[in-house]
Amino acid sequence: MNKRILVTVGTTKFDELINTITTNEVLQELNNQGYNELILQIGKTNFQPNCSSRCGFNNIKAFHLNSSLHEVMKSADLIISHAGAGSCLEALELLKPLIIIINDHLMSNHQLELAKQLYKLGYLYYSNCKGLLKLIQIVNLSKLKPYPGDKSKDIASIIDKIMGYSNF
Amino acid sequence: MVLPLICVLIFPIVILFIIRGTYLILNVNGKKIKKTTQTKPSKTLIVLGSGGHTTEILRIVRHLNKKLYFPRVYVQAQTDDISLMKVKQIEENINDYKIIQISRSREVNQSYFTSIWTTIHAIFQSFPLIWKEKPDLLLCNGPGTCIPPCLVVFFFNSLFLLNTKIIFVESFCRVETFSLSGKILYYIANHTIVQWPLLGGDNYPRSIFVP
Repeated sequence: MNKRILVTVGTTKFDELINTITTNEVLQELNNQGYNELILQIGKTNFQPNCSSRCGFNNIKAFHLNSSLHEVMKSADLIISHAGAGSCLEALELLKPLIIIINDHLMSNHQLELAKQLYKLGYLYYSNCKGLLKLIQIVNLSKLKPYPGDKSKDIASIIDKIMGYSNF
Repeated sequence: MVLPLICVLIFPIVILFIIRGTYLILNVNGKKIKKTTQTKPSKTLIVLGSGGHTTEILRIVRHLNKKLYFPRVYVQAQTDDISLMKVKQIEENINDYKIIQISRSREVNQSYFTSIWTTIHAIFQSFPLIWKEKPDLLLCNGPGTCIPPCLVVFFFNSLFLLNTKIIFVESFCRVETFSLSGKILYYIANHTIVQWPLLGGDNYPRSIFVP
């Protein structure tokens, strides 16, 4: 049985994350937990990760960005993502176990607020690159709650109330 | 001869705008939703921000009754093609809607100084647009692009020329603090809808929190 991890950094780049994931310590720990396939979506970068098979991972692939990211997400058993709200929500809506990695070099980033809040509600875990190894050692992904979906429908019914269409 | 005439015309307009604008901000906007019943459809103007903002607002629009919020006019920033694609994905009938372009009030990384010019430009572009469309509802969720059309609608509302409801939905990403557009539209919009408790309740009594 293959268990697949997707690492996604969105449209920007986050070399530190790709670098951390592909260290032998992290790969070994992920393999101990049963994962053996790794797909890296590395974004707009010249950085070339080491994709040789090692530490129990028989398949490590990297690509920059393409339109089939959503399909890859669907096929993943664990998603490790940058803190972009788009990627974050997409993974949660697919009900995938999700670990968000904060980019320490983007200060005063309100996306951190969102990750923290979603962590408090029990939908995901988050960390920075330094804390990633420790996090995957202690974390219990099966404790995450399924994300109930966004509030669009409730917002639409408030708009109905404002406009006087509640009775329709 | 011309100058005094202009003064005589403009002066009362400015005074009326200030008085009625203040009244709207203090006594009308941000109050509890009044119970009303309406059967006529509302012409709806939807401001598309970009990227994540567009995705968020279209998710909401998807849940609105297309016969009641009709026709729909999407206002879009000039530099954004992806938004256009996303609209086409949720709209089925081409006769129900149209898309209009205006310029963007601030590019990512543009300095705040030069953004003043682009904002002023966008305000002047919004005047004919709003006047021509005369929407019943203006729906927006940021970023800066949505401020100029909102200000223009507010101006016309103040002068009793329009009676357009402005609804601002703060982005799901804003958990603890309002965005720049949120800070301004909190006063200008008829209703501000927020998705996290810290942006509502006692901290911000004018907003409507969606639990």
